[in-house]
Amino acid sequence: MGVASVMRGDKGGQAMLAVLLVVAVVVPILNLVVPESSPWHVSTYTVTLLGKYLTYALLAVAVDLVWGYLGILSLGHAAFFGLGGYAMGMYLMRQIGDRGVYGHPVLPDFMVFLNWSELPWFWQGFDLFWFAALMAILVPGTLAFVFGYLAFRSRVTGVYLSIMTQALTYALMLAFFRNEMGFGGNNGLTDFKDILGFDLKSDATRIGLFLASAGALALGYLACRWIVTSRLGRVAVAIRDAEARTRFIGYRVDRVKLAIFTFSAMLAGVAGALYVPQVGIINPGEFSPLNSIELVIWVAIGGRATLYGAVIGAILVNYGKTYFTGAFPEAWLFALGALFVIVTLFLPKGIAGLVGMIRTWRRSRSPAGSAAEAAP
Amino acid sequence: MSPTNQSRRFPSLAGLGLVYAFLILMVLPLGSMADEIDAALIDLSDRSFEVKQAAVDVIAVGDDPRAATLLEALLGGNLYARDSDRRPVLVAPAPGGYRLTDALDGSDLGEVERSDVKKITINNRMRNQLRTAIAALTLASPDPAIRLKAAQQMLGDANPIVVEAIREQLGREDDQRVRDYLDLSLTLASLRDEAPAARLAAVNALSGSLYPAARNALTKLLSDEPDPEVHAAAEQALAAIEQKLKLNAAAETLFFGLSLGSVLVLAAIGLAITFGVMGVINMAHGELIMIGAYTTYLVQQAMPGFLDYSLFVAIPAAFVVAGLLGILIERTVIRFLYGRPLETLLATFGISLILQQLVRTTISAQNVAVQNPSWMSGALQINPALALTYNRLYILIFALMVFVALLLILKRTALGLQVRAVAQNRAMARSMGVRSARVDALTFGLGAGVAGVAGVALSQLTNVGPNMGQAYIIDSFMVVVFGGVGNLWGTLVAGLTLGVANKLMEPWAGAVLAKILVLVFIILFIQKRPRGLFPQRGRAADG
Repeated sequence: MGVASVMRGDKGGQAMLAVLLVVAVVVPILNLVVPESSPWHVSTYTVTLLGKYLTYALLAVAVDLVWGYLGILSLGHAAFFGLGGYAMGMYLMRQIGDRGVYGHPVLPDFMVFLNWSELPWFWQGFDLFWFAALMAILVPGTLAFVFGYLAFRSRVTGVYLSIMTQALTYALMLAFFRNEMGFGGNNGLTDFKDILGFDLKSDATRIGLFLASAGALALGYLACRWIVTSRLGRVAVAIRDAEARTRFIGYRVDRVKLAIFTFSAMLAGVAGALYVPQVGIINPGEFSPLNSIELVIWVAIGGRATLYGAVIGAILVNYGKTYFTGAFPEAWLFALGALFVIVTLFLPKGIAGLVGMIRTWRRSRSPAGSAAEAAP
Repeated sequence: MSPTNQSRRFPSLAGLGLVYAFLILMVLPLGSMADEIDAALIDLSDRSFEVKQAAVDVIAVGDDPRAATLLEALLGGNLYARDSDRRPVLVAPAPGGYRLTDALDGSDLGEVERSDVKKITINNRMRNQLRTAIAALTLASPDPAIRLKAAQQMLGDANPIVVEAIREQLGREDDQRVRDYLDLSLTLASLRDEAPAARLAAVNALSGSLYPAARNALTKLLSDEPDPEVHAAAEQALAAIEQKLKLNAAAETLFFGLSLGSVLVLAAIGLAITFGVMGVINMAHGELIMIGAYTTYLVQQAMPGFLDYSLFVAIPAAFVVAGLLGILIERTVIRFLYGRPLETLLATFGISLILQQLVRTTISAQNVAVQNPSWMSGALQINPALALTYNRLYILIFALMVFVALLLILKRTALGLQVRAVAQNRAMARSMGVRSARVDALTFGLGAGVAGVAGVALSQLTNVGPNMGQAYIIDSFMVVVFGGVGNLWGTLVAGLTLGVANKLMEPWAGAVLAKILVLVFIILFIQKRPRGLFPQRGRAADG
């Protein structure tokens, strides 16, 4: 299977990937080559912001995979995102070395502050990048696997599953708030210095992280497309539309769900791992149930069950959030709340569906179109 | 008999005598007695202990509680005399030396150098005299609260003079709580008796006593008791106390658990209707609770002089406000989304954000202060080791009342019948003439109204702020899902169970970990029984 076969028929996706490629080429040039005085210069702040949006977009794609194609409304995907972020945060924490406030060669500042004498066992190995990167994928994956194994086997579905995923992320949030857990408690992990030896504050590193996010989004998108267009994906859609029937036909519904759910969680973990070095902090607030619900609305706004719609939704809503919270901080929650209501009431297919709706509306107005539609 | 006869025979004479006595008593403090006390205060700093003793005797006459404070300061060695006019003063360290306050009326007398005041010394004889005087002053007070405090302060004082004063007061004391303390005090005093038999009797009397002082005294006795029999008895008595304390601690934990459970039930029971009966996932439920709490706040603002009655106005007000808001939400948003539970989840979540921001912009982003009526504060003292706070007690009772009321509405009214009919089979109910749209609106309004009422109760326990609803929404869903959707009894049992489980785990796990464990337990429980504790049976359950 090649990229071409996977992307066949996905016009929106093709356009999205093309735009992504252009942005990934143009933005670094505008940042590094064009002088700051020029109006075409893109500030490093904007580059980082774009990189952040791209990680959100990857997260939204992961959510769309399970919600759009499998029918599982996960209200806990921020948990997987957060776990991936924490894995990366732990690596970045270890990279600080003795440059912390307390200057301890091994222990991060908050551990010194808590009077801990040695590194807890679960912090071992996080000084190695490959280990942290692996954990950023494996930890969310394992959690999703265990949770999914239990839930899907006993056929917890629909609303119940949504509420359970919400309880999961809520429990994780409470747990990470505890200082005793050894993840920095309330303050989380921050004050990062460098990644793989590159200074996190330098423009080049920022560009590198931005490009990595774009690359991860492209690869994640292709992987999801591959799943969706495969046999597995078609069974998933069947499960979404008629779970009992699919089971009676003879498919192992729980296994299909488990496979896709776990993969989606891993994808969310990758997004989290890319997110943390760009924003420079990870704290338990990332696990808050509000975040998980918010990212579902990105998908809903972009268009459920169209992977490229999730990307559009994530970027649009977050751009709106950045703009509103700067310009009218009071209005942001009104706007977001109204978005939730309006999209569910009037735009069940989101922005991606809007294009289709306009097209059918136009076709129905032209006599040839309506004739063509009436023919079959 | 004879005095009665006498007074009957000479009524006018007796009356006259009384009037004279009164007159003398009234005049004395105004004139000579006040002077006498002033003179006595000066005499306190005299060199001669005899003069001081006489002064104490003068001050101790009468029942001025401030005199007791002064004498206590003197006994504790905290009383000083100012050199300039020999007035007794209390001192506090200040940058320039001492800051003085008048020992009798507490007025500020400014700062002086350390050398300007002199400590008033006392000897052993005076100590005894002071103890007697203080005990007499405070124990004889007409105010039972002061007597209780005095009795508590003297607890276990083995000084024979104090013991005598206590014994005397016990003869005329009519307040049961003060009597208990006086009794205990005497028993504790006799723990130090020379005679082993007296000690033994005291130990046996203390067995199972819940007063902390009893436990401390027995523990102390164990370490230096020479008599083996008394020692053994003390060990037994202490064991009995420990046993009883454990029982009381368990009762207290249970009460806290039920209290937390009642809060959960209150928060969840409205949800049990909207989610359980109608199948609507109302993420704005927490915000309806918040609206109820803010209604309480506004009601209290509107009737500042009637705090004690404010809750009785706030409860119906919150029900109406939240209920109408619920009907509005149902008519404008939710009715388009029936049968699509995940969509209602998203839409109502949007509504919850709007409501939060609405409160933030119109009232304040900060928490507001909702006051407790006087009858809500204080505690019901079951015994010295167990007190149930009134606010938690009333809210527990209130939760049960709301539960019963809802149960009656659903089972005994026409509306309830229609609600259940629509929930079971909408098409059939409609064909029987039930106006299902109206029933939907009313049911949702009922659930929202109950959320508002819960908000009134919660405003008495927790902070009221724009975010308060979010704290309850997840717990509420947990309770409803754990109890079994569509089952009010399930909600009650689940709420109380989770509350008690949480509080049982708290002592060894800590509050946060206990909560996490409860969440994990529910997650695992739902795997085993996906339909909760009390699942709905029949075809309707196969969703």
